[in-house]
Amino acid sequence: MVNIQNLNKAFGRNQVLDNLSLEIDQKGVTAILGPNGSGKTTLIKSILGMVIPDKGAITINGKDIKKDVLYRENLDYLPQIADFPDNLKVKELIKMIKDLRNKPARDETLIRFFGLGPFLDKKFNTLSGGTRQKVNLVLAFMFDSPLIILDEPSSGLDPVSLIRLKEWINREKAQGKIILVTSHIMSFVEEIAENIAFLLDGKIYFNGSLSELKIKTGREDLEHAIAALLLENDHPALVYHES
Amino acid sequence: MVLRYLHIACVFLCCVPVLFAQKTEICNTCKVSTITQAVEMAKPFDTIQVKAGTYKEHNISITKPLSIIGEGMPVIDGENKGEIITIRSDSVTISGFTIVNVGTSYTTDYAAIRVVKSRNFTIRDNILERLFFGIYLEKARQGKVLNNTIKGNAVNEYNSGNGIQLWYSDHVEVTGNTVQNVRDGIYLEFSDHIDIKNNKSIDNLRYGLHFMFSNHNTYTSNLFENNGAGVAVMFSKFIIMQDNIFRKNWGPSSYGLLLKEITDSKLTRNTFENNTQGVHAEGISRMTFTENDFANNGYAIKIQGACYSNTFSRNNFLYNAFDLSYSGRMNENNFDYNYWSDYYGYDLNRDGIGDVPYRPVKLFSHMTDQIPEAIVLLRSTFTGLMDFSEKITPVFTPPGLMDNSPKIKKNKW
Amino acid sequence: MLKIIRYSFFDLARSRWSYAYFLFYLLLGTVLLFLNNNLSGAIITLMNVNIILVPLIATVFGVMYHYNSREFTNLLLAQPLKRSAIFTGQYFGIAGSLSLSLVLGLGIPFAAYGLFRSAMIWNFAVLLITGVALTFIFTSLAFNIALSNENRIKGFGYAILLWLLLAVVYDGIFLLLLAGFQEYPLEKFSLVATVFNPVDLSRILILLKLDISALMGYTGAVFKQFFGTSAGGIFSSLMLSLWILLPLWRMRRIAKKKDF
Repeated sequence: MVNIQNLNKAFGRNQVLDNLSLEIDQKGVTAILGPNGSGKTTLIKSILGMVIPDKGAITINGKDIKKDVLYRENLDYLPQIADFPDNLKVKELIKMIKDLRNKPARDETLIRFFGLGPFLDKKFNTLSGGTRQKVNLVLAFMFDSPLIILDEPSSGLDPVSLIRLKEWINREKAQGKIILVTSHIMSFVEEIAENIAFLLDGKIYFNGSLSELKIKTGREDLEHAIAALLLENDHPALVYHES
Repeated sequence: MVLRYLHIACVFLCCVPVLFAQKTEICNTCKVSTITQAVEMAKPFDTIQVKAGTYKEHNISITKPLSIIGEGMPVIDGENKGEIITIRSDSVTISGFTIVNVGTSYTTDYAAIRVVKSRNFTIRDNILERLFFGIYLEKARQGKVLNNTIKGNAVNEYNSGNGIQLWYSDHVEVTGNTVQNVRDGIYLEFSDHIDIKNNKSIDNLRYGLHFMFSNHNTYTSNLFENNGAGVAVMFSKFIIMQDNIFRKNWGPSSYGLLLKEITDSKLTRNTFENNTQGVHAEGISRMTFTENDFANNGYAIKIQGACYSNTFSRNNFLYNAFDLSYSGRMNENNFDYNYWSDYYGYDLNRDGIGDVPYRPVKLFSHMTDQIPEAIVLLRSTFTGLMDFSEKITPVFTPPGLMDNSPKIKKNKW
Repeated sequence: MLKIIRYSFFDLARSRWSYAYFLFYLLLGTVLLFLNNNLSGAIITLMNVNIILVPLIATVFGVMYHYNSREFTNLLLAQPLKRSAIFTGQYFGIAGSLSLSLVLGLGIPFAAYGLFRSAMIWNFAVLLITGVALTFIFTSLAFNIALSNENRIKGFGYAILLWLLLAVVYDGIFLLLLAGFQEYPLEKFSLVATVFNPVDLSRILILLKLDISALMGYTGAVFKQFFGTSAGGIFSSLMLSLWILLPLWRMRRIAKKKDF
């Protein structure tokens, strides 16, 4: 469904994506992992059309994303930082995004699910980081799209909300959606992801299921499996990490 | 009291000959049907009454004391053939006529009414239209020009004349006249002790009022509006200018009042509004400018050339683009107790006088004197900043040129 | 795009900055008219505000808005919307709300003063039109700067610099050139130099309405002749529109290529 061919992107002299190719067809959650600065966010933003690649092509459902912005009709995105206009009220923002997308939305279900009811009439500048993230989640899941991209979905959430989030992700999976997730919390990834794409220096080093990764590295948990991948490649990030 | 009796006696004596005079009536169908004929037949001190009608006459020469009175505004039509009435005798009165179509000439200054070397004349309540020169006083003395309306149709300066012209005349009263659309509304040359009062001089090509080499004159309560330039006073002394209004003299190099080589004169309680330049002064000395209003002019006062010992006191300068333009680095003139709408000083001791002196000359006005095109930057931020820095540390404007006692509130009188 | 305009507009219309801006004009207009009682004096003062404050506020506000709404812009970018539509929409939203503050802030006291029955109405109209044009021009320039500079401090620096350049430095250079080439006829040059800077053009358009042109001597006569004709009027509005359209076009081009 998502097909990435020979993607190149440099910011100045820094080659962030280096001839990256990746195909994601499998339904369920694919976690995109990698150390800081490995190009995860650039990759996601390229898929969203927010970063314009220097070379290469991305197709979604066989359509080149450069040609038309309408592919985003069937795509939901959760940005990393939940920052919204201070003057808006929560319900105004939700209404506005609904208005922009002009699609049926499940906002009420989600508001109830994440317990946002009491905050609907509050302005964003009065909300805590966690509450903002919940609004962020409502906006991302609202439209029931077949492709969902979540950038650090768990950040700022309290344990109860985190459980809720996982529950919701499982529901979405059950509907046969494709979900791309980045996260730094390996335990969270381990709980929700079936597939892992491991990114290092702008290249894909591993793309396969979680169990395949464990077998390949001979480790029992994801955290160590990733560390092993880094060690195998003699990556400085790990050296720094251990010292 | 004695003076008053004397005055009455005088009036009475003057009337004596009139009591014995005859009255002639003329009209288009009368036995005497032209003014020329009536004048010839009349004896000194007669009165000729002219009934309404049109009299096609010119070159009416009056050589004896007569009163010629129009009834119902009879029209004297000169048919553009030349001068219409010429007075060559003392004690002539002309009143109540509509005089039209004075001939235009490039060699002779034809007038509707000319007074030559005569005294005690009265020209009143006439309407003069389609004219070259209106009323021309030539070496005339002790006469009156009252309540006449002069309406020209001047287009070019070179082939148009003046409304009321005084040449080598003195002790004349010019009051209540309206002069429009001629070259100079009222023109004085070598004429002294003239009293010009309550006249309106409007829409004239050149000056509303023009003095040349004429001393000891007074003009008060006149209105000068929309002339090429309001009033020009040149090469004259002892002029009193009071309670006049100079208005809307707009145009490149136009001004309300032009003063050139003037000394010992007084400018008091006049109003200058909406003129390109309120007062343009060159070479004036020992003049006092007191209690005048300068409002919404381009330049309120522009001083050029050598001007010494003049005093500008208790005037109001209101919303002019420039209050004062001054050429030269030396200042020999005195400014005090004026109100300047651009003054933003403070008055801590509340005596009504600002504690910080006001510098009326802006650097920008100084620059536009050097580079006239720079005026396109008028009121731009840059020139504003320039003026501000000049105000703090004067470099280009005369250091002594300031009002040391600027008023906080408008002067009233 | 209309939706984006609407949202940006209402977002700003409710911010306290817009209120402050609106109240400032309201207060200024009221004080000038009712305490001073001199209509042409008031218009002159407002003209000064127009050519200094309006560009400054539009530039700073435009840059500030862009930086402050970056995350929200990212949210919009992930929606099925064209980039050009998002930025053009935001641009019109800001410029529109700033213009509204200006027009209402000045319009209300002037209407209360009874301006609409006086002959001054046209002078006031030129004042508002140039004010609105300057708002649109400097907002579009601000958007260009903000989109080209990720670094806020740099962006603000360039914005202030640009304002200084057009509102102050340009006239300084202009004056120096006039002084340097005094012996040549300078009317044409002055005219061209004025027309090319929107701040100068606005100032001259207001001054000519105020009948100060006579003060400006021969140069003023040339200006009056040029701007008095319909061709001059069309040309100056064309110039002001160009100052809006060119930066707007460049903004859309940058936006298309930019990474967020």
